[in-house]
Amino acid sequence: MKIDLSNLTIAKARDGLKKGDFSARELTEAYLSHIAAENATLNAYLEVFDDALAQAETAGKALDRPLAGIPLAMKDNILIKGKHATAGSKILSGYAATYDATATKRLREAGAVFLGRTNMDEFAMGSSSENSAYGATKNPRDLSRVAGGSSGGSAAAVAGDLALASLGSDTGGSIREPASFCGVVGLKPTYGAVSRFGLIALGSSLDQIGPFAKTVADAEVLYSVIEGRDPLDSTSVPEELRRAPGEPKRIGVPMEFVERDGIDAEVFADFKSSLERLKSLGYSLHDVKLPNLGYALAVYYIIMFAEASTNLARFDGVRYGLRKEGDSVLSMYELTRGEGFGKEVRRRIMLGTYVLSSGYYDAYYRKAASVRALIANDFKEAFKDVDVIAMPTAPAPAFRLGEKSNDPLAMYLADIFTVPMNLAGVPAISIPSGTTKEENLPLSLQLIAPHFGESSLFNIGKRFET
Amino acid sequence: MEFDVEKLAKLSRLSLTEEEKEEFAGECAAIIAYVGEIEKVAVDEPVPEAGELRNVMRADVPYKAPLATPEELLQEAPKTKDGFIEVKQLFTE
Repeated sequence: MKIDLSNLTIAKARDGLKKGDFSARELTEAYLSHIAAENATLNAYLEVFDDALAQAETAGKALDRPLAGIPLAMKDNILIKGKHATAGSKILSGYAATYDATATKRLREAGAVFLGRTNMDEFAMGSSSENSAYGATKNPRDLSRVAGGSSGGSAAAVAGDLALASLGSDTGGSIREPASFCGVVGLKPTYGAVSRFGLIALGSSLDQIGPFAKTVADAEVLYSVIEGRDPLDSTSVPEELRRAPGEPKRIGVPMEFVERDGIDAEVFADFKSSLERLKSLGYSLHDVKLPNLGYALAVYYIIMFAEASTNLARFDGVRYGLRKEGDSVLSMYELTRGEGFGKEVRRRIMLGTYVLSSGYYDAYYRKAASVRALIANDFKEAFKDVDVIAMPTAPAPAFRLGEKSNDPLAMYLADIFTVPMNLAGVPAISIPSGTTKEENLPLSLQLIAPHFGESSLFNIGKRFET
Repeated sequence: MEFDVEKLAKLSRLSLTEEEKEEFAGECAAIIAYVGEIEKVAVDEPVPEAGELRNVMRADVPYKAPLATPEELLQEAPKTKDGFIEVKQLFTE
């Protein structure tokens, strides 16, 4: 039978598998043939795994598991044992993972089928997926536009029906912004909710793995599988400290922060109609002040540069990936890193080295760490009065391919509404809310909860999207 | 506020072309000027750099099953010899 992929959700697929409408193998086959037809245009996948059908056969034997036979796409920075993982970089070309990420292991145990690994900005540095060493990903809703980034491949795979759902990673918006650009749901969990073990690190105090899906309910299923304490990640939070909140009722709106120069008029109009919709669903809206959020981008970039330059020191041509020989070990390091890393990665490594160097450390890194605490406190204060905060996900709809690729600072500004949550460690979800009038480009509402308030996001999100 | 590309490239162990040096100098100076706006924020008392601290303990026992064998790890290295990773000689007499 022909499976209607465009209307399929995890819930419907599980139903179809249980009733025997199609087998796990047939479901994976349907995705593989759609990938074969579409991926050359979209460049969502860097590799489609040759054992996908074999995985489906195995998964189909025990259908009672939460993701049994569900075909997923994985961002190219989440390790799957035995599979290549390059983080979109030439410096890891040829590298095959020697172990599973904890998120991978949990998905596998839940019966998921890994279709392939998806394109991304190199080492997750970017907001458009144009920084990939393997070419840009195109937006399935408009092929002249970017899919967003850095998890652009994972967002495009779900939006283009090249996977039923996927995983990405979010350091400053890398799940939510591409989800918004492609018109799918994307969740950045609470820092410490999902293990980072086996995620190729960008900013270790900011990174979280999270799901992309077509519905809030599907995102919730994926989240419930991958979250949980992991002894292999010392920042993963013990179960007894994960306290779910009660039924959300009060929604905060930081209008002063949202209504800023640079916000697209249609984004703002759509946000206001989303607020009306929330009101009609019975939630009460309240103005909240987040006075230090205007500094979030500057703080975010300083901290991320610093952490990235430290994390990426390990790529030196010695233990894995690319090596370019020179006449000494030092020149081997310099040549390997000079040729293996793309421009944005080298730019950020140097900026990180700068903000951490003696003489500048106090003015940049130390100051940023202090202002970060003020931003986290802004959220803490706001959440004394409200259960959830609402904002747009991105200040504008998906931009055109090449539009910002020569202006790094303009690219950074696309993250204005997403970075504050990574700094504060709070969870946030991006949910499709409308489209632009003329070009029909997706727009999204972002909902933010206190630490471990994911249930509030799912609760409101499920009511909002239907 | 000077951004010395050559010095930073050396500290970062990166080779750059002449063209890139010029390009990066301009771009990085603009980015540094932008993030420098945090200078304006008044902070009463700087926070500890590591943020909130809590003890993270585990039982002092080895993992039952290793995540990867030495052979598997060595297989990923670009150059090996007799079970070791090989690089150019570090010290000369």
